[in-house]
Amino acid sequence: MSDTPDPVVERNANDKVASFDHRHRRPLDRVQHFLHQYPTMVPVIVLVLSLIAFGLISPNFFSAFNLSLILQQVAVVGTLAAAQSLVILTAGIDLSVGAVMVLISVVMGQLAVNFGVPVPLAILAGLICGAATGGLNGLLVTRLKLPPFITTLGTWNIFLALNYYVSGRETLRSQTLDAEAPMLKFFGERFNLGGAVLTYGVILMLVVFAVLYYALYKTAWGRRVYAVGDDPESAGLAGIQTRQVLMSVYVVAGVICALAAWSSIGRVGSISPTSFFEANLESITAVVIGGISLFGGRGSILGPLIGALIVGVFNSGLRLAGVDVLWQLFATGWLIILAVAIDQWIRKVSS
Amino acid sequence: MTDPILSARGLVKRYGRVTAMDGADFDLYPGEILAVIGDNGAGKSSLIKALSGAVRPDEGEIRLGGEKISFDSPLDARKSGIETVYQTLALSPALSISDNMFMGREIRKPGVMGKWFRMLDKPAMDEFARQKLSELGLMTIQNIGQPVETLSGGQRQGVAVARAAAFGSRVIILDEPTAALGVKESRRVLDLIQDVRSRGIPIVLISHNMPHVFEVADRIHIHRLGRRLCTIDPKEHSMSDAVAYMTGAKLPEGLAA
Repeated sequence: MSDTPDPVVERNANDKVASFDHRHRRPLDRVQHFLHQYPTMVPVIVLVLSLIAFGLISPNFFSAFNLSLILQQVAVVGTLAAAQSLVILTAGIDLSVGAVMVLISVVMGQLAVNFGVPVPLAILAGLICGAATGGLNGLLVTRLKLPPFITTLGTWNIFLALNYYVSGRETLRSQTLDAEAPMLKFFGERFNLGGAVLTYGVILMLVVFAVLYYALYKTAWGRRVYAVGDDPESAGLAGIQTRQVLMSVYVVAGVICALAAWSSIGRVGSISPTSFFEANLESITAVVIGGISLFGGRGSILGPLIGALIVGVFNSGLRLAGVDVLWQLFATGWLIILAVAIDQWIRKVSS
Repeated sequence: MTDPILSARGLVKRYGRVTAMDGADFDLYPGEILAVIGDNGAGKSSLIKALSGAVRPDEGEIRLGGEKISFDSPLDARKSGIETVYQTLALSPALSISDNMFMGREIRKPGVMGKWFRMLDKPAMDEFARQKLSELGLMTIQNIGQPVETLSGGQRQGVAVARAAAFGSRVIILDEPTAALGVKESRRVLDLIQDVRSRGIPIVLISHNMPHVFEVADRIHIHRLGRRLCTIDPKEHSMSDAVAYMTGAKLPEGLAA
């Protein structure tokens, strides 16, 4: 420490105040920066390439019918992936989405068929139950400060048990539903659109993604969800009520799971307490392949829609090519690893 | 002399058996840069936390513009026009500059879109953010939609300071703004601080860096053993005096026991 004034004290009046240079970038850096700015481009490129590849292998692949069939097949898991995306954007993970979906479909079915509740009310009750399941997850995560992974591992089992309890392990048959609660199967109804055969479940999935896109990018709530997922402490210091935001995310995810439940009844035709056992992991797969970071705060909500489509395209394409089913799993596995590796690489931009 | 804009009298804060603040006083006058220095553990951060609403003092009173105030959270302090730039900056790296500037106080579109569909007025937010950055000479940030993590350390600090300057109508508190920066970037942030002051907003600067403190501060508040030891004029005292007062090696004139 000296008494002489620091040489930097003399301030040059001509100095441009606080201007910063830009670093020079190599081509690979440019790619990295581009992907950093548009993380959804990775799944988009994968989707386009796989469409082209499978189109070349099997001529039937590109028929409107086959493509619309893929959409039908991914509708339920895609809707579920929308709920999963919200939770993963907050750096959490929801292992209970599949169990919630099956539980809610059972609740809707039991209320409508065995308890004589008017079908619209049964559906409403299902949506409320969905919000409640999300609320339970949210409370455990925000109030007891439990890690989302453990919380939802626990509630997954709890919801599965409730599902067996409410259903009495009985399947509600398609004929029963047709006779007593046809509205439950609404999202399975098909309509033609110039050669393509779509279900209302496909429309539901697209609407859910469109609404989430709007909410995440055009409203303050969405920006806060990203901020909380990105860095909860910073978000708190910047004046965000992080617990409220997290809570709202889990509740909305629960409601979307309930919508997926309604959609799943139409897709399957019946209500079985043992259906969709792998839906949890399939939803996480779609989100990860869709380029949403498991560390939170990064990725586009449209990514999981594309991620779900990629899985659907691989399954359909490999089947049409006459390849054994095991290679579908094999390919999906590599896609997940590739997606996470790319995410890690992209995240290095910030350093 | 004019009345202080922000003042505190007899603040006490105890954590169990530790007394972090022991009758601390504080005065910030309009338009000045007041540096707060003190050894580690002297209770600087407790004082600053009390002023920024992060901590409730057990005793004592805080006045803003002559009126007695009490903050329950940093949000209360913000609403009263006291903005704090934390050492961690409290920015969300993956979000854009504009999103970060408006975090927690977003602007919604007028009319039905804003009221019923809660739509943000992004053009207005971007325009405002750009204007605020330009005012502070941060023009070279071309893209207001750029994620904060792609900025350099100094640029990030600039964004955090710009955010505070944009909304801190009465007082801005800067906690170690140059601690993580290199020489060149520190230089720019110091310029930035002087720019903010020249626009009439008083600043509280917490720093360990004596050359920086002596360069920009109008007065220096020396904190020792949980209270204000003295306030010195940097033009009349040397850095080594300040360090000596701070560590107790020497007592300031007039306070000699």
